[in-house]
Amino acid sequence: MEIKVLGGCCGNCDTVMKMVADKAAALGVEISLEKVTDMAAILGYGVMSTPGVVIDGKVVHAGGIPKPSQVEVWLKG
Amino acid sequence: MEIFTQFADWLVYGVLGLAPATPLSGALQFFVEDVGKIFFLLILVVFVIGFFRSMLAPERVRKMLGGRNRWFSFPAAVGLGAVTPFCSCSSVPLFIGFLEAGIPLGVTMAFLITSPMINEIAVFLLISTLGLEFTVVYVVTGLVVGLVGGLVIDRLRLEHWVEDYVWKIRMGETALPEGPHGLRDRLNYALEQVREIVGRLWLYILIGIGIGAFLHGYVPAEQLMRYAGPENPFAVPLSVLIGIPLYSNATGMIPVVEALLAKGLPVGTVLALMMSVVALSLPEMMMLKKVLKWQLLVVFISVLAVSITLVGYLFNAIF
Repeated sequence: MEIKVLGGCCGNCDTVMKMVADKAAALGVEISLEKVTDMAAILGYGVMSTPGVVIDGKVVHAGGIPKPSQVEVWLKG
Repeated sequence: MEIFTQFADWLVYGVLGLAPATPLSGALQFFVEDVGKIFFLLILVVFVIGFFRSMLAPERVRKMLGGRNRWFSFPAAVGLGAVTPFCSCSSVPLFIGFLEAGIPLGVTMAFLITSPMINEIAVFLLISTLGLEFTVVYVVTGLVVGLVGGLVIDRLRLEHWVEDYVWKIRMGETALPEGPHGLRDRLNYALEQVREIVGRLWLYILIGIGIGAFLHGYVPAEQLMRYAGPENPFAVPLSVLIGIPLYSNATGMIPVVEALLAKGLPVGTVLALMMSVVALSLPEMMMLKKVLKWQLLVVFISVLAVSITLVGYLFNAIF
């Protein structure tokens, strides 16, 4: 599973990175995690409010920290 | 809000046994009362708004403003700016996204000016701490400053002072995830919002209350009036200048404004300080520098500073 966290400067993006990494480790799901900070790339996904989350090329979340339960659903799906 | 005053009196004068009307007890009383009052209101307001989810996503605003004529888009941008929350990190992608949708530069600027100044959280807190009158004045002037700032930048035709790479970015199709459904989901979402927003704001608010408490207890009204009172014709531009390097969000400024107004400072001067601190700030400028050439940044700052100064003078003359 390929997961990208979209976001530039604020601590929120790192919080999301950690959330996803921890959940994946806890569930034993194999993922590749990447942080995208390039504006052109972020907007290319149609996201203006960060942090955003992209899973296998599809935007699943934008504008804020997702709920832990949400992250679990993504990782299991 | 009487209960918070009583609690602060009880704690400071009763439990701690401090004598009333000294600088220390006055400052402490102000601090305790405002910490209780402002955090209680903040949590309540954020929870209620989160529950009803009246907050708009910037992606939606972009769709509403794209391809409309200026008669619609200018008032809509300042209005939507007031009800759309976004963290200052998002101002760059937001700026690019708006321009890419064909929204004029002036309209985008109007949105960026209004958004930090007015938001529903600040409005509710202003009403309950400073009263309806000050709140209405603040909101209306905030909208006017956003509108005027945007219109001036639009008239000047400064598109060539936007960084060139901005115009080359193409935005993908927005696929917005859905919002919460059902009671349980909404409650969870609201609690999550409280955690996130209070987590982001608490430090600004505590510092604001600290400054307010210090002003309240230790700074004599006469001294403040001598420098910033109606006698000094430059008090308004001075407060704007002081506010530029300082940054706080609108909520964090409330206790400071509260203390200054209680000292008898003119409303226009206090208003100018608050708007300058909230709307003009170094972090925001550094953010915007990524998309604006310095000439446009200077124009942006000047237009805002001048309109805030005019607003300050106007209200000093009226009240």
